[in-house]
Amino acid sequence: MPGNFLPTGVEFFRFLPEIILTIAGTFMMVLDPLTNERGRQTVLHNVALVALFGALWAAIVAYSNPGPAFQNMLMVDGFATFFRVLVIVVGILAVLTSGQYLRRERADAGEYYALIVFSVTGQCVMAAANELIMIFIGLEISSISSYVLAGYLRDDKRNNESALKYFLLGSFATAFMLYGIAWIYGLTGSTNLTEIRRIIMTPEIAPSAALVGTAAALMFVGFAFKISAAPFQIWAPDVYQGAPAPVSAFMSTGPKAAAFAIFLRVYMTAFTPITSKWVPLMWGAALLSMIVGNFAALTQINIKRLLAYSSIAHAGYVLVAVTAASDIGVAAAMFYLAAYAFMQVGAFAVVTHIARRGERRLDIDDMAGLGQRQPATAALLTIFLLSLIGVPLTGGFFGKFYVFKAALDANLIWLTVLGLLNSAVAAYYYLRIIVVMYMREPGPAMEDLPAVSPGVKAALWISAVATLVLGIFPSFVLEFAGKSAALIK
Amino acid sequence: MSLLNIILALPFIGFLLVLFIPRTATGTIRRLALIVSLVTLIGSLGLIGAVLKSPSTFAFERDYVWITYPPIHYHVGLDGLSIWLVLLSTLLSPIAVLISWRSIEHRVKEFFAFLLLLEFGLIGVFVALDLFLFYVFWEVSLVPMYFLVGIWGHERRIYAAVKFFLYTMAASVLMLAGIIYLYNKTGTFDYPILLDMLSSGRLLLGHTEALLLFLAFFLAFAVKVPLFPLHTWLPDAHVEAPTAGSVMLASVMLKMGTYGLVRFCVPMFPNSARENAPWIIVLAIIGIIYGALVAMVQPNMKKLVAYSSVSHLGFVVLGTFSFTQQGMDGAVYQMLNHGISTGALFMLVGYMYERRHSLEIRDYGGVATPAPWLAAVFLVTTLASVGLPSLNNFVGEFLVLQGAAIANYNYVVFAAVGVILSAVYMLWLYQRTFLGREPSGFHMPDLNGREWAAILPLIALMIWMGIAPQTFLPVVSASNARTLSLSNINREFNVKTTPVTVPLVEAANAR
Repeated sequence: MPGNFLPTGVEFFRFLPEIILTIAGTFMMVLDPLTNERGRQTVLHNVALVALFGALWAAIVAYSNPGPAFQNMLMVDGFATFFRVLVIVVGILAVLTSGQYLRRERADAGEYYALIVFSVTGQCVMAAANELIMIFIGLEISSISSYVLAGYLRDDKRNNESALKYFLLGSFATAFMLYGIAWIYGLTGSTNLTEIRRIIMTPEIAPSAALVGTAAALMFVGFAFKISAAPFQIWAPDVYQGAPAPVSAFMSTGPKAAAFAIFLRVYMTAFTPITSKWVPLMWGAALLSMIVGNFAALTQINIKRLLAYSSIAHAGYVLVAVTAASDIGVAAAMFYLAAYAFMQVGAFAVVTHIARRGERRLDIDDMAGLGQRQPATAALLTIFLLSLIGVPLTGGFFGKFYVFKAALDANLIWLTVLGLLNSAVAAYYYLRIIVVMYMREPGPAMEDLPAVSPGVKAALWISAVATLVLGIFPSFVLEFAGKSAALIK
Repeated sequence: MSLLNIILALPFIGFLLVLFIPRTATGTIRRLALIVSLVTLIGSLGLIGAVLKSPSTFAFERDYVWITYPPIHYHVGLDGLSIWLVLLSTLLSPIAVLISWRSIEHRVKEFFAFLLLLEFGLIGVFVALDLFLFYVFWEVSLVPMYFLVGIWGHERRIYAAVKFFLYTMAASVLMLAGIIYLYNKTGTFDYPILLDMLSSGRLLLGHTEALLLFLAFFLAFAVKVPLFPLHTWLPDAHVEAPTAGSVMLASVMLKMGTYGLVRFCVPMFPNSARENAPWIIVLAIIGIIYGALVAMVQPNMKKLVAYSSVSHLGFVVLGTFSFTQQGMDGAVYQMLNHGISTGALFMLVGYMYERRHSLEIRDYGGVATPAPWLAAVFLVTTLASVGLPSLNNFVGEFLVLQGAAIANYNYVVFAAVGVILSAVYMLWLYQRTFLGREPSGFHMPDLNGREWAAILPLIALMIWMGIAPQTFLPVVSASNARTLSLSNINREFNVKTTPVTVPLVEAANAR
């Protein structure tokens, strides 16, 4: 260990996105009482956007000088940059969708935007963390902000249910993870991932594989909860249904992507020596998630709940890539998460728009005739849904393609076949929404449908363009993912 | 920019243009769709010359990198197998536009946009030489058809559309798994390269491996054909679809399945194809007879034509899996015949529906008196569909039966029953709708100019293809001969084959 613990300038430079976001978040809290009630919505909304765009710029610039920071606690590599950019973009989309929503619900914007910014900060830390304590801190920053966001409309019963459930179960899962971290520290004497890997790989000092495996399993409980993988998915439908729609959009993508980032980093670096121990675990979780998510979604009437179940299934697809336990698998998971983030946020943005005040219009039938009343909105939602199904020329298709290609590379033939058949099952419930939108005459829900607000419109178009670009020209993103996947060890 | 690329791009450009026209300008949208599809048709005629010169190699071959890793290429080309299917797509698209001119009043913009997108997908399927690109077009063509059935169809349209989508989707994901598996083994998606690897022995597939891959591809194609017992989506989709949808579905879309069998299943996995030929042929023959019997008792005209498709396509599968030159030629020829005669039948039924708003046979009778021209055209189409010599279906069915006879005489005995049954149900349909007494209050105007323009090319082709099959067949034969010889070369690497195939191969080589 070097004697000098003072960080150098370049380390702060690598940490710049988090610094910008933290300062902006704190500034917004200060700004809250200084603005009048009418101006507050707009001011905080715009400050959040500026901060996130600043962080986006910083995340990209930080990659010009990649490397570790703060005694190897952070590792700013391609992998970290990929996920930082992804979670920040999700943050931007969430802010864009929220503006009209908060006004409509007459909710105070006070802490809302600050919480989103703090949550993104936590996710950025997770993306770059190379050390178990940092992982835990990032996870907590992100989670605690999300708990509050889930119950943001505090007079709403479902919001309260959502927040309480999320908080209680979330803390429980976090405790498991912390216990696993403690085991690892006890076994190896280190919390640094590279160091842990080195110790496990050195036969003379390696702890018993069974004990390391138990620690890995304990941590898996925590991770599986955060990514809503079966059998730890029970909370997801209630929480996503109860939370405000833009928050559900945010929670089901950003924190999930970040959780997958640390998940991949831990299992693909520290736990690579015991791959054979955890692969069967992933295999089961992947298959179970796909089956539970897809089959439960078949019978849903509420769109938010349907998207919640579908997000469980999509976590299953990403887990298939993790099960492959290869660099190609990591790259596939990264690509899939990017594609998934855009299609899911896009779909939720339409839900936000359709829901109306108090989120009254959330049944699939409330979409009836959207294709005739607002053809552009319906067409965009169709793109997201086709992408969620995995129809070619959308990001979702290439995501599935790369995931299952990685799985076949790793000789997971049964998992691939079952996964692909699952994706055909999934087509049914996504098609139901398209059917209602286009093939039914407009119902009463269409009569008071307002025009799409500029913020939602922007979020929709950004997500749609991203979904199509990932589907037609995936090379750039995939090459970057492929390059970064090999770097993280 | 090769002509083929332009032909492929035109419908897509048309699709984008339609999207930018305001939805109230329905006249402009219709005219634009017609012009685009006509220009595509005229342009596609220019493709014939080059293919005639060397039908067994790929003309207009273009290969551009689309995605660098994994190496997915935009690789297209035309040979004797695909040229006529491409022309079938480009011919039927303007016809589909014409027959929808008045019958589609509701959401006109989306309708013609989807029609052009469908043409793009269909042409793409037939020209793609990269397995991945093929899969992309295969799925892309699914989406517009789903909307065509689901939005503009009849009462049970939603059920039919969803069933159609799910059937095709579920079967084709396994093909995707097969494609990825082949890629992981070879590092390429390129069809000609894969064929070359297989024929030179650089790619050796184990017995089980080849069998599973064959089944993965076969299932996807069999659903699309559709082969008995996977046909249940077809009557629903056909009956519920609007006329243009039924026409495109029957004429072109079903050919995606049979094309896939001839293009991919047989040459890539010849041993598995030969080993499994007996039960596949049995299913095909069951389809021929079952389809005909069910067609016979249908009270609904569209449903009758739909079941007749199941029967007709059984012949295509029978010919393909007879592994003889005649059988395969007949199969490919029968694909075109079915496209033309069944397409025409669906159009004529559509014309009748526009006049009386009913598809039930009992609501008709004596149509020949008020509408003699409609009756005449319907009769010609009926006779073509029945397989009257000098009309197109006869040539195809004859060749298929000949090929099947070389393979195993028993096949012919049963398959020929289908030919007889087709005469029963078709002539009976004609008798019940066009002859006899008119129901009271019957208003049945004869064909108008637009309807004539749509049907006439098909009638002309039925006669042309019946009298002068030599215009079309040599190209098909040359390309099929290549397919057959490819499947022979492969056999040398795998000693175990079914004994029945040996004389077939010699017969094919002798030609």
